[in-house]
Parts: sequence; C-alpha cells; structure tokens
Amino acid sequence: MNLNATFISGRTVNQGCNLENKTSQAYFDAAAYCEMNSKDASSLGVEPGNNVKVTTDHGSVVVPMAICDGNPDGLVFIPMGPWANAVVDPDTKGCGMPGFKGLSAVVEPTDEKAPTMPELMARLK
Amino acid sequence: MIIKDVLCPFCGCLCDDLAVEVENNKVVDVKHACKIGASKIMGHDRIKAPMMRDDKNGEFREVSYDEAINESAKILANSKRPLLYGWASGLCEMMAKGILLNEEVGGIIDNTASVCHGPSVLGVHEKGIPTGTLGQFANRADLVVFWGCNPVQAHPRHMSRYSVFTKGFFANKGRKSRKVVVFDVRKTDTAEMADEYVQVNPGEDYLVLSALRAIVADKADVVPDSVGGVPKEKLVELGEAMKAAKFGIVYFGMGLTQSRGKYKNIDNAISLITELNAHGKHSIIPMRGHYNVGGFGQVCAWETGYAGAVDMSRGTPYYNPGETCSNDLLMREEIDAAFVIAADAGAHFPAQSIARMGKVPVIQIDPFHNPTTEMANIVIPTKVSGVELEGTAYRMDCVSLRMRKLVDVDFPSDEEVLDKIIAKVREIKGASS
Repeated sequence: MNLNATFISGRTVNQGCNLENKTSQAYFDAAAYCEMNSKDASSLGVEPGNNVKVTTDHGSVVVPMAICDGNPDGLVFIPMGPWANAVVDPDTKGCGMPGFKGLSAVVEPTDEKAPTMPELMARLK
Repeated sequence: MIIKDVLCPFCGCLCDDLAVEVENNKVVDVKHACKIGASKIMGHDRIKAPMMRDDKNGEFREVSYDEAINESAKILANSKRPLLYGWASGLCEMMAKGILLNEEVGGIIDNTASVCHGPSVLGVHEKGIPTGTLGQFANRADLVVFWGCNPVQAHPRHMSRYSVFTKGFFANKGRKSRKVVVFDVRKTDTAEMADEYVQVNPGEDYLVLSALRAIVADKADVVPDSVGGVPKEKLVELGEAMKAAKFGIVYFGMGLTQSRGKYKNIDNAISLITELNAHGKHSIIPMRGHYNVGGFGQVCAWETGYAGAVDMSRGTPYYNPGETCSNDLLMREEIDAAFVIAADAGAHFPAQSIARMGKVPVIQIDPFHNPTTEMANIVIPTKVSGVELEGTAYRMDCVSLRMRKLVDVDFPSDEEVLDKIIAKVREIKGASS
C-alpha cells in the first residue's frame, strides 16, 4: 500500500552538526531519512529503519523511515540536504525560492538501497 | 589556554559567551555553545590542498594555490554568465571582495538567502519591517510567537539567550513573563515547549495570517468557522491575546518563506504586525540561518544597492528575483560557470539546479569536502572564518559583531584568494581588451 502525503524539508540539530562533515556516515544518518507518524508507518507496513521510496513530480529518493509522532497524518519530512533535494520543486514561481515544502508526494515501502551522498551527486553529472 | 567571550560562527544567533580551550594551537574543548556550535568549532576533516580535475567524474589531482587560482580566474574571465554563489559562512571583508570580483567578471552574485530568507527581503520591499534587536525582545517581550521555525533544532540557544527563558528588564521573570505561541504544520520540539501550539495546514499560513488581521481589525464576523485548519474560536482567542500584549515579537522561519505564498506570507505577516502596533508594541524578525547571511545582505546593499541576486552583466547592478536568483538561473540553464564560496549549493539546491552545475565548470572555495566538491572542477581550501580568522559578521537582528580568531593555520583566507583571483582576472581582461 502507498501513502499519499505532503512533503516538507527542514533543519535538524544533527543535520546542522554535520554541515561541515558531509562525507561522513554521521551526515548520512542525520539527513537521509523520512519521518512520518506511527499511524502512517503502520499503514505502509514499515518499521523504523526500513527503506521507503518518496516520489514527487520532480524525482524520487530512497531513504530509511523514521517515526515522528508530531507529524499530522499524511505529512512526511526529510531533513534539508541532498536526499530531500532529489524530490523538491526547482521552480521558484518567480521569487527565487524553490519549492522545498508542501509538495504532493507518494511514499511506498521498497527493498531498494538508499543512495550515498556521492551516489546522489553522481546522478547529476 | 581558555579564550573567553568567543563568538560562535554557526547560526544567526552569534552567541558571544563561549569559552574555548586551546592547547598547542588546537581547539580541545568548547563550553557554553550548543551542540551545533561546539561541533563546528571543534572542527572536522578538511580539504588539505587545492585540487583540480577536467572530468567531474574523474579523480582530483593536487595542485598549487597559484595554479588553482589562475585556472579559476581564466574560467571566470572567459565565461559569459558566471554565478558567484554562497558567501554566508564568510566574513563581511571577503564579501566586499566577492562583489568586486563579480563586477570584474560581469556575473551574478547571490547568497544563501536565495534558499532561505530571500522571500523575507521581498516582503520587506513590499511593506518595510517593524523590527528591533534581540536585546530589546529579551528585555520587553511578553508575547513570543514562533511561526514556521523550530529554534530547538535550528537555533538551539535562541530560546535561552534571547527569546523565552532569559530574564529581561521588563520581562523580569523570564519564561513566566512570556506567553509563547508556535504556529507550525507539525508539532515540533519548539511547539512542545510552548503555551499554545497552533497546527496550520501545509501551505495555508497566508489564510491564517489574513484571519488574524481581520480579528485584530474587529472584523471577526467575516472569518469562517475554520481557517487553514485552525478553528475560529482559537483564532479569535489568539487575535485578542496579540492585541492585549504589551510587547509582541514574531520570529519566523522557512515555514513561511518556503511554503505556498512564499514572500506574500511575509508581506502578510508584516502587515499583521504593523496593524497590531495600533494596540501595543509589536515587532517581527526572520530567524537567519548562516551566522553571517545577514552580513551579506548588508554588504551587498551598501556596495550595489541590492541585498542579493545582483546581475552585473550590464555593467551596472540589475536585480530581479525570479530572474536573477541562483535557482532561476540554474534551472533555465543560463549559467556557464559557477563559483561557490562559503556555502554549499550542492547540498541545498534542488537536483535539477545542481544538474546544471554538472554541465559547466565549477570552482569551489571551502575548507570542507561536501556535495559541491562532488560537482567541482577546482577546489581551493581556505581558513574557517570565526575560528581561524577574525572579522565582521552581522547577527540575525543586523547587529554587527567582531568574530575572533582562536587558532593559527597555514591556509589562506577567502579574502586573500579572492584578491589573487581579482588581480588575475584583471590581467586576463586587460590583455584581451
């Protein structure tokens, strides 16, 4: 079963701590995950750490799932960084700011592996 | 040796009460900082020498600073539409040099506000901004609103030093002197600590702001039963609490600037605050991210007349957000070279924008290997400003402060590298004209 969701990205403490440490496992752990509430996670049949594929009109990315019960139903969050950027909207709607928040997304369980930072960047060159 | 009153070069809070222990020219301990600031000052693995490669998928080879600087100058001097992006983790002194380099090459200079508080600048263009300093808010505010921002995660000492827990002259009971309200699309850690959490539907902040404006103007009768997911009774209660406050402050973040409406959200929020000033004293301030992103806006405005996204291709400053911001230029594939300094476009731009960087020469000036390095052809490591170099930075409330040097290193500063690139660009351009 898939989850139709609204996607947002944003800062976290651990993402901030590793801003100058982006080749590390710590940065991967801090920025490569998708948070949703327990109800949405169980509707998808995924446990924390299981990979999910998040797809928007602008791309898709595989990351581990994490629980955040502060999220309302259908709201998913990926910390700002290369993994979130794989699905955000580059169109600035005429004001310079891309669409980092509020995108329609589909989340599904997957057996695919989450890409490393260099693997993600290699797709773009 | 313990160095006291150190300023933190991470976020726009610019906490200035850190104590850093230095032994044998190495930072060994950081006290009073948050987890992020301590992590930054303790340092991470860095790029050891300048590197170059022709093929972005190939291996880098180490080169001399002179070779990397000369090649960078050649790329910039010979490109027709270079983008000079970043700047926010640097000092004001190097920003002025960056603006000069942009003049020399007729490029576009832009900074991280483009993907952060750029829309806030546009909102201020529309309405002006009733604001103040963090000290005033700490001393006076009895109503503290966080709208679309989460300081517990992004500005960890903000609540203790400036906004919530600190005792002020009028707010002399600290936390007990203040009512704290959080508007957000999800219950964040900041919301957990608030007196009121107001859950807004994603992308509907503008509607909620408009409803509050109507209530403040005694027009609650036009407000529907529910706006943006918030029940009318709650909105009326909040509107009345805002009107009753002696000193209200709204801190706002990416929840407003990056959500649907973008700069219009800021415009509307500023209007709400302006109207509330008929009842009490109210201010609004963006929660700035990089420690000196505010500084770039200041330096760029006094040098060019605009706070960012300045196109010098006509020989005179031209500014049109939506046309001259980094992501507009990259998405339209206008850029034929990218110069990224003191910020990480590779980590914080949409994939489609970065794909343009995959097709053009990319020069990176940065102490650390990051996603921009993955896209780069030339990498030039420099000092970590605020740890290895002193200079000027602007706090989120536009108060300028002097950052300190804690240790000595052999790396050149950003400013020294920029000076050399400017000289070489002039030489190349002089020879060709």
